[in-house]
Amino acid sequence: MNDIPQVAEKYKGEIAEIVLGKGDYVAGGAKGMPFLSFENPSKRRPMIAGEVVDDLEGYPEMAARMFDGRQNDPVEWAVMWKELGMDAVCVRLLSTDPARRGASPEDAAETVRRIADRTGLPVIVCGCGDRAVDGRTMAAVSGAVKDSRLILAKAEEEDYKTVSAAAMANGHVVLGFSNLDINLAKQMNILLSDFGIDGDSIIMDPLMAPLGMGLDYSYSVNERIRLAALSGDGMLQQPMLCDTTSAWDVGDATSQDDPALGDPVHRATWWEVMSALAAMMSGADILVMRGPAAADMVKVYAAELTEAD
Amino acid sequence: MATAMEFFKLLPKTNCKDCGHPTCLAFAMQLANGKASLEDCPHISEESRKTLNESSAPPMRTVRIGTGDRAAVMGGETVLYRHERRFVNPTVYAVTVSDGLSDEEIVSRVGYAASLRFERVGTVFRLDCISVRNDSGDAERFSAAASMAAGSWDSPLILESESPSAMSAALDAVKGRRPLICGAYPGNMDRMMELAKEHGCPLALRGGTLEETASMAARAKAAGIEDMVLDTGAVTLKQCLERQTAARRAAVRKKFRALGYPLMNRVGSGEYAVALASVSTMKYGSLVIFDDLKPYEALPLFTLRNNIYTDPQVPIQVKQGVYPIGSPDSHSPIMFTTNFSLTYFTVRADIEKSKIPVWLQVVNTEGLSVLTAYAAGKFDPEHVAEAFRESGILDKSDSAVIVPGLVARMSGKLEEIIGRRAVVGTNESKNIPKHLREFMSG
Ligand code: SF4
Repeated sequence: MNDIPQVAEKYKGEIAEIVLGKGDYVAGGAKGMPFLSFENPSKRRPMIAGEVVDDLEGYPEMAARMFDGRQNDPVEWAVMWKELGMDAVCVRLLSTDPARRGASPEDAAETVRRIADRTGLPVIVCGCGDRAVDGRTMAAVSGAVKDSRLILAKAEEEDYKTVSAAAMANGHVVLGFSNLDINLAKQMNILLSDFGIDGDSIIMDPLMAPLGMGLDYSYSVNERIRLAALSGDGMLQQPMLCDTTSAWDVGDATSQDDPALGDPVHRATWWEVMSALAAMMSGADILVMRGPAAADMVKVYAAELTEAD
Repeated sequence: MATAMEFFKLLPKTNCKDCGHPTCLAFAMQLANGKASLEDCPHISEESRKTLNESSAPPMRTVRIGTGDRAAVMGGETVLYRHERRFVNPTVYAVTVSDGLSDEEIVSRVGYAASLRFERVGTVFRLDCISVRNDSGDAERFSAAASMAAGSWDSPLILESESPSAMSAALDAVKGRRPLICGAYPGNMDRMMELAKEHGCPLALRGGTLEETASMAARAKAAGIEDMVLDTGAVTLKQCLERQTAARRAAVRKKFRALGYPLMNRVGSGEYAVALASVSTMKYGSLVIFDDLKPYEALPLFTLRNNIYTDPQVPIQVKQGVYPIGSPDSHSPIMFTTNFSLTYFTVRADIEKSKIPVWLQVVNTEGLSVLTAYAAGKFDPEHVAEAFRESGILDKSDSAVIVPGLVARMSGKLEEIIGRRAVVGTNESKNIPKHLREFMSG
């Protein structure tokens, strides 16, 4: 019987390392395909960020019930994620939306500052989706938090300068978003680096579509990005962030209409867990998650997958 | 697979055309593309034929459990990543029917397995197999249970026992069904191989490590067994990922025959079992046997399998047409969006969330999203009106048309062309439920 052939690949490239928070968290650094100890000696577990929104309108009931009322205060909610052992908090400043409360940039920045202070965790900051408002919010957030390295989301091809400038002003990290396409992901990184942002301050968001809603595309786009990065494409070597919270928006995940589909809370949890596992298998370095049970399971699995045998 | 030049070297090079190709080289190129068969050249030497057959064999054998149309097909994969080429044979899932159950319980257990079936647009997700397991330790009971289960299940079967005599009895009881014999481990391997040969059934081999599994497979192959399924002995997520990746790479990249067979996992039940099954589904597992699988685990898992095994080359588009959401009637709102499937999925999900029935028109924008399509002139009032006309959506409801907020600019012109009131909707899909509620009450 012949011995099993050597199957470890030798790669020319590796993923950049991004320092976050107070310098005690690092994302990225992979030197091979995910979790393969025989070729990826980095052994760094993907980071998991818990999602917090500062305005609950439109947030799914089923998920809200899992936070024991602490979801009513974004800072308390963030602290709960810390208690659950997560590595970061992702706060969506929906209250700044003029169609909602139209909260001021200063109020929103204060929320972020308090979350960073109370949890000591790195914070991913997302706006409300209104570009003009978000530009002002990010500028205020950037100035309000100076002792923790934030990730400011998100730079898009049509609109990346404001958020990039806000990040650069105080040494924060920019999240570069692209719409499910390896070439667009690369283009976004090129735009950001041409704008003057260093490779140690860019994280990519190639859009993680959840299970049943395009996960098949995301899975392969992520894999192709990671393979290209490892084979030496310097414009794709940024760590990847995958947001799996939209698993809770999939009809089959949460539907309560058909008893044959089984318990909806467990089902939605699995929906997000499998989306997150697929993200990790295809190269995610940071996950943003909604369900506390799902995040807990994924953290345990991620830790196990990362450890050497 | 050998290259055209490797084939060419071993052909007679007489260009006699008996193979139906103009030259030996042309034939060699077809061989390398898998479009011709060696049998077509009558002049090739026996020795060359043997060499070529070896190297032209696919890197992984295709193995079937059962017979005919209902057989579960595993393996036959040729790549490591699905963007290289579609993964061909989706992971097969099985749940266990213990022979420790009473006869009535066996029938209801098989009924439960059959109920793990979900109809989704254009596809049916279902459980593929049941695995009758010899927990009783008794050959006669195992055989009776196998026969009982087989009688109420017309899809493929797996028989699980470590005892060759129990296996033999059960195989006799389900003759003609061609179950998977599960299976052989180093201690019972010789007897199990004999049974596999005698009954013409596929055989599962389980080693404690990848190395041991490979050497068992090599031994079985030398003994004349072709249809095998290999269990690498992985019990953790990490072992599952690493061993199965190593096996797939060895088979596909290194032509390592002893691992060129479908891989399987036996996973128990509960959270960890489902996590293992998920990793195995993404990373090269062809068969997963559960002790139990709940509907809330099965639906996401079947969806994952469906996503991983779709063809990644198919463009990201849905068909132009009317998609009723809920049960819309003659006053339900009319909405429209592009045929970029992610836009469609998102809009659809957000409409469903509102619980308000809607007529949704998908407009062919060649897979572009709303703003890109608008900029490219593929999502202008004329295109939208044409799609409306073709589908007759305006006859289905007398409601106003809701225009995606991002293309609010088109609403005036659209109104003019279609002669129906157009209302501007939301910029972001996630605000659709709120807007729809306001629309309905306003
Ligand atoms: S039949 Fe064989 S020898 Fe004749 S042309 Fe074809 S490949 Fe060449």
